[in-house]
Amino acid sequence: MDAVLIQLLNGLDKGAAYALIALGLTLVFGTLGVVNFAHGALFMLGAFCAVTFQKILTISVKVIDPSITFFTAYKEQAYLEIWFGDVGLTIIDYAVPLSILMAIPVMLLIGLAMERGLIRHFYKRTHAEQILVTFGLAIVIQEVIRHFFGANPIPMPAPDIVSSSAAVGTWLGLSDNLVYPWWRLIYLSFSLLVIGSVFAFLQLTTFGMVVRAGMFDRQMVGFLGINVQRKFTIVFGLASVVAGLAGVMYAPILPPDYHMGMDFLVLSFVVVVVGGMGSLPGAVAAGFLLGVLQSFASMTIVSQYLPGIDQVIIYLVAVIILLTRPRGLMGRKGVMED
Amino acid sequence: MSESVLKISNVNKTFGGLKALTDINLNIEKGKVHAIIGPNGAGKSTLLNVIIGLLEPDTGEVLFDNKDVIGKQAHEINQMGLVRVFQTPEIFTDLSLLENVMIPALAKRDGSFKFKIFRDLADEKDIMNEAVDILASIGMEDKMHNMSGSMSRGDKRRLELAMCLIQHPKLLLLDEPTAGMARHDTNQTIELLKKIKEGGMTKIIIEHDMHVVFSVADTISVLARGKIIATGTPDEIKGNPIVQEAYLGGGE
Amino acid sequence: MKIEKKRSDLFIMAIFTIVILSMPVWLSPLGANYPDLLQKFAIFGIFAIGYNILFGLTGYLSFGHAIFIGVGSYTAVWSFKLLSMNVLPAIVFGTLFAGIIAALVGYVSLRRSGIYFSILTLAFAQMFYNLAYSVLTPLTNGETGLTIAAGDPRVLDRLFSDVATGGGLPSTELFGISMSGYSGFYFTAVLLILAFFISLKIFNSPFGLKLKAIKSNQHRMKYTGYNTRPYLVTAFIISGMFAGLAGSLMAVTDPLAGAERMQWTASGEVVLMTILGGVGTLYGPLLGVAIIKYLENIFSAVNEATLHGFFSFLPQWLNDTMVVVVSPFVGEGWHLTLGLMFMIVVIFLPGGVTEGFQKIKNRFTKNKEQEKLKQGGE
Repeated sequence: MDAVLIQLLNGLDKGAAYALIALGLTLVFGTLGVVNFAHGALFMLGAFCAVTFQKILTISVKVIDPSITFFTAYKEQAYLEIWFGDVGLTIIDYAVPLSILMAIPVMLLIGLAMERGLIRHFYKRTHAEQILVTFGLAIVIQEVIRHFFGANPIPMPAPDIVSSSAAVGTWLGLSDNLVYPWWRLIYLSFSLLVIGSVFAFLQLTTFGMVVRAGMFDRQMVGFLGINVQRKFTIVFGLASVVAGLAGVMYAPILPPDYHMGMDFLVLSFVVVVVGGMGSLPGAVAAGFLLGVLQSFASMTIVSQYLPGIDQVIIYLVAVIILLTRPRGLMGRKGVMED
Repeated sequence: MSESVLKISNVNKTFGGLKALTDINLNIEKGKVHAIIGPNGAGKSTLLNVIIGLLEPDTGEVLFDNKDVIGKQAHEINQMGLVRVFQTPEIFTDLSLLENVMIPALAKRDGSFKFKIFRDLADEKDIMNEAVDILASIGMEDKMHNMSGSMSRGDKRRLELAMCLIQHPKLLLLDEPTAGMARHDTNQTIELLKKIKEGGMTKIIIEHDMHVVFSVADTISVLARGKIIATGTPDEIKGNPIVQEAYLGGGE
Repeated sequence: MKIEKKRSDLFIMAIFTIVILSMPVWLSPLGANYPDLLQKFAIFGIFAIGYNILFGLTGYLSFGHAIFIGVGSYTAVWSFKLLSMNVLPAIVFGTLFAGIIAALVGYVSLRRSGIYFSILTLAFAQMFYNLAYSVLTPLTNGETGLTIAAGDPRVLDRLFSDVATGGGLPSTELFGISMSGYSGFYFTAVLLILAFFISLKIFNSPFGLKLKAIKSNQHRMKYTGYNTRPYLVTAFIISGMFAGLAGSLMAVTDPLAGAERMQWTASGEVVLMTILGGVGTLYGPLLGVAIIKYLENIFSAVNEATLHGFFSFLPQWLNDTMVVVVSPFVGEGWHLTLGLMFMIVVIFLPGGVTEGFQKIKNRFTKNKEQEKLKQGGE
C-alpha cells in the first residue's frame, strides 16, 4: 500500500512536468498550427534560468576566513552575504523559487523573439519543414547552453526548509515510515496552480475566448477580422513561460543539463498525441496518466514479471492509442489530419 | 431494356436522426449519361459517397457491375471500373502532365500494387503512347513535359478528365464538373463532355448547373430532401411541375 | 510523337563508379583522402540514399531510422561473435534483420500519415533506444556496448581453420583480406555503388513514379486505383535495409555497437544530409553527406591553438577576438554549426544545394536566352 502511494505521488510529479510541457505544445499546435520541436528546449532554458539566477546571487569575492587563525586563509563569500548577512544567505537559499521572478520575463521575451524571428515565417510551410527548422533551433539552443554551462548536470538545491521529507504517511493515518520529499509536493501543487491559471485565463478573458475560438476554427477567427497575428505571438510567449516555469521548478528534482530538453520533448509529444492533438484538457489528463503509468510500471512487483517495462510502457501506450484511437483520448476530428 | 451498370436499391441513410437519403432506387444503364440534380442540401453528396463506398447506408444495397460496393476501399472501387472526377480538380501537381496520365494507365494495367523496379518507365512504350494520345485528345500534347501545378483550373479539370478516361472506366462519376469555373472554361468542359458522350461511356453527373445537365444528359434524376422526386429525359424533367416546385418553391 | 529520350543507366553508372572508386585520388588535394573518412562518406552515403527513397520520394518524415542503423550494427557484431569474422554474413544478416524490424515498425507507423507518422516513428525510436540501452542488456551489453572477445565461438571460422585461441582480438576480413585501410574503403565503395544503382532503378521505374505521386497527392492515388500502403511499407523497408547495411558496415570498420547509435537525434542528422543536398533528387543526398562529413571532419579537429594559427596574419587583438568568436563553432561546438546549418538550409534553401545549383544555372541560361533575343531583334 505504501509503495503504491509513493509511486502514485512519483507518477503525479512526473506527470505534472509532462502536462506542463504538453500544455504549451498543444496550445501552439492548436492556435498557430505549428509543430514546435524546440518546445523541449524552452523547458531546458527554464531550468537554466534557475541556474543562472543562482549564479548571479552567489557572485562572490575572496575574503579572509576568520575561523582559521594561525595563518591567513581565504574563502569565497557571496556579496549578498557580505551586504545583508543572514538575510542574504536566506535569499541565496531560496534561489530556485525566487528565480521564477526572473524566468517569467526572460521566457516571455525568448518566446516572443522566437515567434517573431522564426516561427511566424513558417505558418504557411509544411509540417515537415516546421519540424525540421524547430529541430535545428533546438540543437542550436542546447549547444549554446552547453557552451556556457558545460555538459555536466548542475545540482540545484531546494530551499533548506523544504529539503527534507514530509510525513505523508502520518497525515493519512498510514505508516509513519511513509515520507515524501517536500519539494516534490510543492512541484505538484505549483503545477496544478499553473495549469489552473492557464485554464482560467483561457476561460475567463476575452483574449482566451479568441484563442479558444482559434483552436476550434482557425480560419473563422481570421474572417472575423481579429488581429490573429498579435494574438499568436502572445500565445507563443505564454506557452514559452509555462514550459519555462515547469523547468525552473524541476531543477531541484533533476539537476539540469543541456540535453534534458530533447529527453522531455519526445515524451511530451507522446503525451500530446495520447491526449489528442489540439485538446488542452487531453494534454493535461494524458500527462498525469502517463506519468502515473510509468511510475507503476517501475514497481518491483511489475518488473518482476515484465522486466524493463517501465522503459517502454509510455511508447507502447502511445503506439496503441494512435492506432486504435487516432484522435487520442480527447482530440477532435480533423486536427492535423491529412 | 439494356444492361444495368449501377443498381441502387432501397438505400436509406440517417445522420443523427436526420434523414439524408430516403428509399433511393436508381438504375444506371450502360452507355447512358445519367445526371443527378437537386438544390443544395438535397443529399447529392451523401448519395455520391454511398456510391463510391465511402459511406455505408443504413439499409439497401449498391451493386456496381453486379458486385457489392458497400465497405469497399477507394482503390478497390476504382479497380472495379468505377472512376471518379472530383469537384475541385485532384491531380499530381508536382508531376508532369505526361506522368499524370501515365499513373492511371499503369493502375489499369498493373492493378493496385506492383513492385517491379528493374523496368524503366521509359521502356513502357505502350503506356507512354496511350498517355500521349489522350493528352493529344485534350490538346495538351505539346505541354506534356510541363509541371501540372501551374495550369489554370479549367486545364486541371481537363487533365483530370483525361486521367480518368485513360482507365476506360465502366462508369465515370463526375462531381459538379463545372463548379467554380469561368464561363469560358465551362463551355470548354461541356464540349469535352459531349465528345466523351459520343464514345458511349456510361456516366453519372452530379450537378446543380441546369445548363450543363440539359446539354449532356440522357436521363435526369431529381433529388430533393433526400428523395428522388422524378426521373426522365431532359424534356420530361423540364415540363415536370413537381421539379419546378422543388427548385423554385424551395423549402416550403 | 516525340517521347522523352531514355537516359543511359549504363553511362551514369560508369561515371558514378569511376568517381567513387577514384575518390582517394581526387580528394587528396582537399586532404580528405584517408581511408577512415572515405569509408565514413560511403557508409553515410548508403544511409542517406536509402533515407531519400522514403523521405525524398514519399515525403514521409521518419525519425526512426537510427533504429535500423543500431539493429544492423548489433546484428553484425553478433555475426562476428557467433559465426565468423568474415564481413559477408555480417552485412547480409545485418541488412536482413534490419529489414524485418523495418517491416514491423513501418507496418505499424504507416497506418498514420503526416505528423502522426513522424511522432509514431519518434516513439518507436525512443522505445528501441531504451530497449538497447537497458532492457535488452543480454543482447546489447547495455551502456558499455557490444564488442567482440577473443573467446567468442565464431563457429564458421573454427570449422574452416584453426583459430589461435590466445593472442589479441581478430579483425574483420573478407576471405582473408583485412577490412581495414583502403581495402575496407573499396569494399564499402562497391556496396555504395550497388546501393546507388538500386536507387537509380527505383527513381526511373514506375514504382518510383508512384511513390512521387503518393507524395504529391495520396488521396488522388487511392481514387486512381492504388493501394498506397504496400507502396509506402515497401519504400520504408527498402530504406530501413539500406540503414541496416550502413549500420553493419559501421560495425565492419569498428566491431563495436552501442545504443547511442540509436538515439532519435541521430536520425535527425540523416535528414539534414538529405535536405542539404536536395531531398528527392538522385545525387542530392550523396552531396549532402559529402559536405557534412567533410565539414565535420575539419570543424571537430580544430581547437583554439589551430585557430590562433589560422588567424595569425591578423594583428594580435583581432586574432584574439576572432578566436573567441569562432571557437564556439568548432571542436566540441561542431553540433552548434550543424544546428545552424540545419536551420539555414530549411529557411532559405528547402530544395537543398541541388536546387541552388539549378537556380544559378537557370539564371545563366535565362540571361543567355535574353541576350540571344536581343541580338536577334537588332
